[in-house]
Amino acid sequence: MNEEIIIAGFGGQGVLSMGQILCYGGVMQNKEVSWMPSYGPEMRGGTANCTAIISDEKISSPVLNTFDTAIVLNQPSMDKFEDAIKPGGMLIYEINGIIRKPKRDDIKIYSIAAYDESIKMKNTKIFNMIVIGGFLKVKPILDVENVVKGLEKVLPERYHHLIPLNKEAIHRGMDIIECEK
Amino acid sequence: MAENLIKPENLVYEKTNAMTDRVLHYCPGCGHGTAHRMLAEAIEELEIQGETIGIAPVGCSVLAYYYFDVDMTEAAHGRAPAVATGIKRVMPEKYVFTYQGDGDLAAIGTAETIHACNRGENFLIVFINNGIYGMTGGQMAPTTLENMKSTTSPRGRDIKTMGSPLKISELVAELPGTYYVARHSVHTPANVRKTKRAFKKAFQYQKDNKGTCLIEVVSNCPSNWKMTPVESNKWMEENMFPYYPLGDIKVPQ
Amino acid sequence: MKELRLMKGNEAFAEAAIRAGTDAYFGYPITPQSEVIEYLMAQNPEERTGMAVLQAESEIAAINMIYGAAGCGKKAMTSSSSPGISLKQEGLSYIAGAELPCVVLNVVRGGPGLGTIQPSQSDYFQAVKGGGHGDYKLIVLAPATVQETVDFVKLAFDLAFKYRNPVMILSDGIIGQMMEKVELFEQIPRSDEEYDWATQGKKPGKDHTIITSLQLKPEEQEKVNLRLQAKYREVEKNEVLYESYNTEDADYLFVAFGSCGRITQKAMEMARKKGYKVGQIRPKTLYPFPVEVINKLSDQVKGILTVEMNAGQMVEDVRLAVDGKTPVEYFGRYGGMIPSPDEILNAFEQKFIGGK
Repeated sequence: MNEEIIIAGFGGQGVLSMGQILCYGGVMQNKEVSWMPSYGPEMRGGTANCTAIISDEKISSPVLNTFDTAIVLNQPSMDKFEDAIKPGGMLIYEINGIIRKPKRDDIKIYSIAAYDESIKMKNTKIFNMIVIGGFLKVKPILDVENVVKGLEKVLPERYHHLIPLNKEAIHRGMDIIECEK
Repeated sequence: MAENLIKPENLVYEKTNAMTDRVLHYCPGCGHGTAHRMLAEAIEELEIQGETIGIAPVGCSVLAYYYFDVDMTEAAHGRAPAVATGIKRVMPEKYVFTYQGDGDLAAIGTAETIHACNRGENFLIVFINNGIYGMTGGQMAPTTLENMKSTTSPRGRDIKTMGSPLKISELVAELPGTYYVARHSVHTPANVRKTKRAFKKAFQYQKDNKGTCLIEVVSNCPSNWKMTPVESNKWMEENMFPYYPLGDIKVPQ
Repeated sequence: MKELRLMKGNEAFAEAAIRAGTDAYFGYPITPQSEVIEYLMAQNPEERTGMAVLQAESEIAAINMIYGAAGCGKKAMTSSSSPGISLKQEGLSYIAGAELPCVVLNVVRGGPGLGTIQPSQSDYFQAVKGGGHGDYKLIVLAPATVQETVDFVKLAFDLAFKYRNPVMILSDGIIGQMMEKVELFEQIPRSDEEYDWATQGKKPGKDHTIITSLQLKPEEQEKVNLRLQAKYREVEKNEVLYESYNTEDADYLFVAFGSCGRITQKAMEMARKKGYKVGQIRPKTLYPFPVEVINKLSDQVKGILTVEMNAGQMVEDVRLAVDGKTPVEYFGRYGGMIPSPDEILNAFEQKFIGGK
C-alpha cells in the first residue's frame, strides 16, 4: 500500500490538521508516513494544502506532482489539483465550496456535504473529520480506531473531551459520502 | 640606584596583579592605559580575578586581552555586548565586562549596545569616548563634536549632513534595563579615583544581579587630535566636557 | 521503549537540541525555520535542562552570542534561513578563526536577496566553501529526513567539539516543514567540562585564556592557517558520510543531497523500472565531500547526473571528484521550485540515453 494524498482548501478549514491526523493514524498502524504543508503568507486566510503519504514502504520523495487521491474543499483547489490526480485515482470534494464540477472521466469522483452535516451536528469545527470519515469509507487504508488515536496526538489535551464527537463525525462522514462516478 | 629605593617599607605604588607584564601599545598621553589600570585595580581589590571574563573590542583597545590578566575574548567590531550576553547566559555566576570605544559601541554596535542594555544584561560596559577613530587613523566617530576636524570630516563635523554627536550614555540611561550609568574621566588623580570607584560599584551591582551598568570614560587622543598630551587634556576639558558632562547619569534609586 | 513521534523537521531539531544537552540557543525568527525558536520557547528548556534560550535582536547578535557562549566551552547553537545565514557569516568566520565549536542550522530558502520562502539548496557554495572572509571551512551535514535532522544534532556537536570547528546542518524548507516519524534519543545531561582553551575564569597559577582570531604578525597568522588546513585534512580523512543506493551494478550514477536526494531516489527507482541501471550517491556530509567513492564509481559508470535545487553548485565538486573520467551533467530547479521525479528521469534520458 502506498497512498499519496493532496488535501487542499482555505486556511482555517482544517486542511493541514487533516493530513496530520491521517499521518498520525498511519504511525499508529505501523505505516511509513510523510506530511508536507504549503507554507508562507498564502496560509494567512488564502488557500492551504498539504501532501500526506501513507505507505508500507519507506517514502522517498515527500513532494509530489501527481496523487492517488485529491481531497478538495474549495474551487481554487479543484482548479489546481483536478489534473494532478493519477488516472484511476480518486477525487473527493466538498459540495459547498464548488461552483464548477470536476470534468475528469478517468478517475473516481465522490462528493460530501460535510459542511451541512457539521451544522446539523452543531459544531462546524468537526467539518474536516466528517471529510476524513468519507475518505476512509471509500479508501479504507487505516482503521478508524487508529485515526482516532492519531487525533489524540494532534489535538491539544484541553480539547480531548471533544474526541467522542470527532469520532462520531468520522462515522457520519462514512455514511454521507456519495459516489458521483 | 632605583633598586635600592624600592623596598617594601617605602613602596607607595605597584603594578596591579590583574594586569599582565605586557608593555601597553597605547600612544603617550592616551587615557586607555589609566582606564585599563583602574578597571584592573577594581577587579583585584574585589578579588574577582578568577571569576571575571572580559571582552575586547575592535579599535585601539583591540589588544586589551593581552593586558588584563583575566580570561578574555576578542569580539568582532561592535559585537561585544552580544558576546558578553552569550557568556553571561551560560556562566551567570561570572563577572563579565566589555571594554569598547566610541566607534565600536556607538556606531557599528549601537544595536547590540541598546538591546543588551534594554534586556538589562547583567554585565558592565566600559565605554571609552574620545570622539575619534583612533586605530584606523583619526576618522570621524559618532561622538565627534560639531565642527571638530577628522580625516573624514576635514572641514569639521557638519551636523546638517553628518548628524550630531551621539550621547549614547544618556540614551541607554532611559532604558529600564540599565541600573547604573555614569560618565567619568581619567585625566586628573581625582577623576581617576572616581572612575575606579564607579567600576567597583558596577561590579558590586553585577554581583547583586541588578542589570546593565555602563561607565563612560571621556578620554583624549593626542595622536589623532594632533596635540601634545597636556594640550589634549586641556582641549578635552574645554570642548568635550561641556557636551559630555561628567557625573552620574543614572543612579540606583 | 522506543519513543516514536510525528514531528516537523524544525520542531524535531529543537527537541533534539534540548536532548543533546545544548547549553544555549540564540536565534532570530525567519521563515521557514521560526518553529525552532517557537518550539524551544514553548518547551521552556530553562526548566527542563537549564538550557539558555534567547531571541536576539538580530542574526548578527545571535551568532556573536554563540561566539561568547562557545568560548566558555559550552554547547551553543543557532538556526536561521538563507538571508539570516548571510548575516551570520562574519560571526562564523570569527568562530572558525578562533577555533570554537558550535552548531548552526540553515533551513535554506531560495535566493538571491530576499528571494522566496520556498525550499532551495542555493546556499551550497556558501556552506561548503567557507561563506565568510578568510580561509576556513565549516563541517556541513545535509539531512534528508526528519530523523537525520535529529541524529545530526548529536553528530554535529560531537564533530564541533572534536575539531573545535563550527558545524552547519544544511537543511531546507522541505525538511524543516515536513512531518515524519522520528525516534528521539534519550536526554543527554548538560556538561560542566572544563577546557584549557575556554574562558571559564582564570585558574590560580595558570595563564589567562585568550580567545581571539587576531594575529597582527603575518608569520603568526600563517601558522594559524596551516593549523586550520591540517585540521581540515583530518576532517576530510575521517568524517566523510554518504549513502549509496544500487551502485554495485550501476551504469549511470545520480548524485543528490538532502530533500532533493530523496526526490532523486524516486527518479532512480523509476529509471530502474524502465530498465536503466541507475545508482545513486547521497552525500550526508557536503564538507567533507565524498570524493573517493564518486571518483571510484566514475571508472564504472557511463555518466553522472547531479540533481540540485540550485543552478548547479555541487556539480562543481562532483566534477572535481570525477576528474574528467566520465561525463558529468547537471539538472536542477531553483528559486523555490522543486524538481519532480518525472522531470529528473526525463533529464537523465535526454542527457544520457538520447532523448525522447
